Amino acid sequence: MIAVMIGISMIVFGLSRLTGDPRLLYMTQGTRWSQEVWDARGRELGLDKPMVVQYLVWAGNAVQGDFGQSLWHKRNSLKIIIEKVPATIQLSGISYLMAVVLGITLGTISAVTRGTLIDIAVRSFALVGQAAPPFWLALIMIYIFAVYLDWLPTSRRGDWTNFVLPATTLAWLGSAALTRLTRSSLLEVLDSEYIKLARAKGVAGSTVIIKHALKNALIPPLTVAAVLFASFLTGTVVVETVFAWPGLGRLAVDATKNNDFPLVTGITVIFAAMFLFSSLMADLLYAYIDPRIRIYDS
Amino acid sequence: MIRDTPLPDTQTGRSVPRIPILGTVYWWFRRYPVLPVIIAIGLAVMAIFAPWVAPNHPLESELDKLAAPPVWQEGGTWDYVLGADKIGRDLLSRIIHGSRISLSVAFIVIICGSVIGSGIGIASGMAGGIWDEFAMRIVDLVYATPFLLIALVAAVVFGASLELVLILLTIFSWPIFARQTRGLTLQLKNMDYVASSRVASASEFRIAYRHILPGVVNTIVVIATLQIGSLILTESVLSYLGVGIPAPQPAWGSMVADGREFITTAWWVPVMPGAAIFLTVFAFNFIGDWLRDYLDPRLRQIN
Repeated sequence: MIAVMIGISMIVFGLSRLTGDPRLLYMTQGTRWSQEVWDARGRELGLDKPMVVQYLVWAGNAVQGDFGQSLWHKRNSLKIIIEKVPATIQLSGISYLMAVVLGITLGTISAVTRGTLIDIAVRSFALVGQAAPPFWLALIMIYIFAVYLDWLPTSRRGDWTNFVLPATTLAWLGSAALTRLTRSSLLEVLDSEYIKLARAKGVAGSTVIIKHALKNALIPPLTVAAVLFASFLTGTVVVETVFAWPGLGRLAVDATKNNDFPLVTGITVIFAAMFLFSSLMADLLYAYIDPRIRIYDS
Repeated sequence: MIRDTPLPDTQTGRSVPRIPILGTVYWWFRRYPVLPVIIAIGLAVMAIFAPWVAPNHPLESELDKLAAPPVWQEGGTWDYVLGADKIGRDLLSRIIHGSRISLSVAFIVIICGSVIGSGIGIASGMAGGIWDEFAMRIVDLVYATPFLLIALVAAVVFGASLELVLILLTIFSWPIFARQTRGLTLQLKNMDYVASSRVASASEFRIAYRHILPGVVNTIVVIATLQIGSLILTESVLSYLGVGIPAPQPAWGSMVADGREFITTAWWVPVMPGAAIFLTVFAFNFIGDWLRDYLDPRLRQIN
């Protein structure tokens, strides 16, 4: 995991040195520097030293939370990033919970009612969620609920009504894969011998599903759910942009438009760290849910 | 339930007057992804013959057509079937030309990604040892990297361009091929027929080409089809965020981005190009799902 983090930081660093002179990246567009400032910046960035030393200096600063001054905001990048973290965690956390609950419930319903109209409706819902571009789905939600029906606000952060549209959009997209997986895995389990035995013993239909079948059927969807949180973090980039949600994702897009290199790299490293942390959690959770993994590994 | 033949009347016991051709059509629709294939072929034709198919020029604007409504709305004309965008360019023509970009990006990337990925996968599966370990760690690294953020950094460094989109998408599309083909190669290389061809002094390359590749090609085709949809989606996200295909090229994602402030006044401007993305991805996902069930049901856990 630490190796991966080092790898990502090397990629980011490498990108900054690939286009000739990195000083250009630290220049705000349109400004001109005198020769002295140019040279001073070169010394400051350590361009006269070997590449390895440059990387180590950059990484050392990054570990201490110093990605350099934001070119646009003229402030320390990390401070700007930290201000935006709660909004992103809030949005992705809420929509993640919604997606997991929604995906597993809908998947179960559609497996149990297989072949009926309900099943077809749920599967279409999931297919739409998998094929729709996130920004488009978000715009359609805005059109229907904010413009046409005028029930909900379109953008920014405020009370709970502001959460509804962005969180629903993210949750729909995220639950699609879960719904399909839960459905197919539950169908497979329902076909097995022990379910037939339970049914033959006369256990009530709903008890068979809830107590017997779901226990085994939920292992694959829950593993996917654990990994899914990482994709929610990047999913917020688009949704935050559409809904003008003041979080990390929108900050990243704005920083890109302003060519704010230190800020973009800072956000990327922070995102990568959160990404990795959630995959680590996913692995731990996996071993907890499915005891067979622990046995095989040891 | 999939029936192999239309249900004979004798089974229901009722004498239903049925039109034979309808039963066959119904059967075909249930058994094969007819509609998605029609959409996909239609898209391909549209993309290849865009200049002849499109009713208007995608970049020329008519000043009296600013945000003109589609034909079924009041004030719409057949000249601008889906309406026009904010500077009076025909939406349908732009969508048709946009299909060129989306489809060609997806196909170029998928070909590069699958060749590189399965090449690495087969090679590392056959080589084993430290090379295998090294290749798989790189796969892990790419999997653990937040793609969108790296794309943003790259766009700041190099500036958005078509080439950048192609390179980025290829870098992030090969690992899934590598991982899957490697797993299969590990199974296949211990088969008896591989051992006997080794006894017959076949070279490693020949074994890979003649004995391993045919065993993994189904998997490659299935993953490739499933990936096309997500590649089109990713490309559209990049274009939407302004780090994909630069203007004035009519990429679907940037068309939605250009029209987003019209969602309150002229909804068709952002919605139509998005619908094109949706239909395309939907069709390819559907074909991919079908192919997977047909060719390689083991892959069901992917996606």
